[in-house]
Amino acid sequence: MLSIKNIHASVEGKEILKGINLDVQPGEVHAIMGPNGSGKSTLASVLAGREEYEVTEGSVDFLGKDILELSPEDRAREGLFLAFQYPVEIPGVSTTNFIKTALNEKRKYHGLPPLDAVSFMKLMKEKMNLVEIDKSLLTRSINEGFSGGEKKKNEIFQMAMLEPKLTILDETDSGLDIDALRIVASGVNKLRDENRAIIVITHYQRLLDYLQPDFVHVLLNGKIVKSGTKELALELEEKGYDFIKDQFSLTPAL
Amino acid sequence: MKEEMDVLEETVSREYKYGFVTDIDTDVAPKGLNEEVIRLISMKKNEPEWMLNWRLKAYNHWLKMEEPKWPNVKYPPIDYQDIIYYAAPKKKKTVNGLDEVDPELLKTFDKLGISLNEQKRLSGVAVDVVVDSVSVATSFKKQLSEVGIIFCSISEAIQNHPDLVKKYLGSVVPMTDNYFAALNSAVFTDGSFCYIPKGVRCPMELSTYFRINTENSGQFERTLIIAEDESYVSYLEGCTAPKRDENQLHAAVVELFAHRKAEIKYSTVQNWFPGDENGLGGIYNFVTKRGICMGDYSKISWSQVETGSAITWKYPSVILKGDNSIGEFYSVALTNHHQQADTGTKMTHLGKNTRSRIVSKGISAGQSQNSYRGLVKTGKNAVNARNYSQCDSLLLGDKCGAHTFPYIESKNKTAVIEHEATTSKIGEDQLFYCRQRGIDTEAAVALIVTGFAKEVMNQLPMEFAVEAQKLLAVSLEGSVG
Repeated sequence: MLSIKNIHASVEGKEILKGINLDVQPGEVHAIMGPNGSGKSTLASVLAGREEYEVTEGSVDFLGKDILELSPEDRAREGLFLAFQYPVEIPGVSTTNFIKTALNEKRKYHGLPPLDAVSFMKLMKEKMNLVEIDKSLLTRSINEGFSGGEKKKNEIFQMAMLEPKLTILDETDSGLDIDALRIVASGVNKLRDENRAIIVITHYQRLLDYLQPDFVHVLLNGKIVKSGTKELALELEEKGYDFIKDQFSLTPAL
Repeated sequence: MKEEMDVLEETVSREYKYGFVTDIDTDVAPKGLNEEVIRLISMKKNEPEWMLNWRLKAYNHWLKMEEPKWPNVKYPPIDYQDIIYYAAPKKKKTVNGLDEVDPELLKTFDKLGISLNEQKRLSGVAVDVVVDSVSVATSFKKQLSEVGIIFCSISEAIQNHPDLVKKYLGSVVPMTDNYFAALNSAVFTDGSFCYIPKGVRCPMELSTYFRINTENSGQFERTLIIAEDESYVSYLEGCTAPKRDENQLHAAVVELFAHRKAEIKYSTVQNWFPGDENGLGGIYNFVTKRGICMGDYSKISWSQVETGSAITWKYPSVILKGDNSIGEFYSVALTNHHQQADTGTKMTHLGKNTRSRIVSKGISAGQSQNSYRGLVKTGKNAVNARNYSQCDSLLLGDKCGAHTFPYIESKNKTAVIEHEATTSKIGEDQLFYCRQRGIDTEAAVALIVTGFAKEVMNQLPMEFAVEAQKLLAVSLEGSVG
């Protein structure tokens, strides 16, 4: 489904990603771990198409398409979803209106008519139950005045509504208390199936306890230095990133 | 980011969508302004002598006045002798229905999407159409007259209701009020007149579409709305103008009178030709709008969506004379290209327990300048007067400007005046967030701007709100910083 080959990317002339290779098959959950500054969020941004990141080398194939050639909106419409680490506030635009606009833009791209009001409401209701989101949140301006937990829950709700093929959770666990983490994780779990893949970017083991990834990759200084199963995450949790750093005798990145 | 700026550039350079000229025979006065021209206007309109004298008095006063220099706008000097002050579509005897209206004119309305037939049938809005200074079609008059409402052109009102016109005309905006009001008083050619009798709630939204049509003809509208005790009226004013290379002066005067417990809601969508992407052409919109809450518990509410004109100079204001009266001003002003807007309001609190509310949303794009200018004044007797003002500015791109000039003059210690202001930019982060959800830059900007202006949009009557929302999107397509 997703095939990343030797991606190098830099921002403002500084190389952050130094040759990433990753293959993701439908149904799989991959965790990408690593210390601050290792390039985890850069990888998410590059995949989503943030323009300040320049890809200098390599290729990314997503469902048979070279997504580096696509605009961010077309990548989204093709089924790539990024759950933001810091979801953005848009005053005056309700969550409902925002999602409806997004959903209909996606449908238009695939040659489908806009969803009528009744079907949209039905879909909303169904997904609301699935991810346990409060109705009152959806009539408020998107992310404005939301707590950290509400913002992340809202991201997962959008994921449920847009039904992406590939979801990237960018430190979705940051800033969440235990209860919020459990609700968010169980929402994600309910959205898993054999056709969809998830990349989880995180510092910590705790989200992985809930998500049980198929693969764990350790990103260090712009490269995946170690890949393994979920046991690798436990080892990291126990020993810290230093053990990997020592192993690869790399100077820690900033 | 760079790409987004390019999209902005690209869409900013888009042509004005309503640029076309209607070919109608017009009856045109010679260029320039003097007593003869004023006499001609008055004669053409078959006016009584008192009206002519009033015009001449205004003209003579205007000659002694100077153009205001304080607005935060720049434009080359206007040659008032190079303007045509009267142009009327050739009039057939009388117009009883649409079939008697010049088909060319009807085509124009079709292009604008404001077909009268549609309006009549679908929305139940009475439209008094003003094209180049003469009302050519008035509908729903009968239904209105059944409840005693007078809704006609000001010219007709001068003929048929001279006592009302004499009593109110120029009493809230005196002919000496300002340079452009004096000019308007001298040369106004048409406009709307609306009288709501005591206790009557106007059964429909009253609407007028203004449209400038003859090259070089200034448009000087005069509107007078009187709401007697315990009456209610909602009035809609909207406009689009054909494309022109030369600047056209538009200096309207609107006067509102609300008696005891009466309420007037006045909504405007203004989309005059803004000039091209180099700042050439476009309408100079110098408007004086003022209402007075004469009676206790009366209310006047101005709502405006201003997207057009090269220069906008406009301060819809309320004088709160009656005790417990309420004044409101809700505004969205959007500027793009080289447009300049200096707009806001004046709330003058005279009565006890008077309240006013100001919500201003300025959106600047391109190389435009957008200023809010507001005055909140409380008189000696305005015990417990309250004002709340909120002025928000949104910047799109890095070459435009937003300015806020709030003035407060309080002569009563019990008055409470609050002012809040914010300035924000459409963030790269906001745009990327939208795009990552499949919403392209153009649609994202429209979404964000609509959200920003929501509080004001909510004040507009339904059919107007839809139109205004489209207008915001069309005026901005692209944009950002």
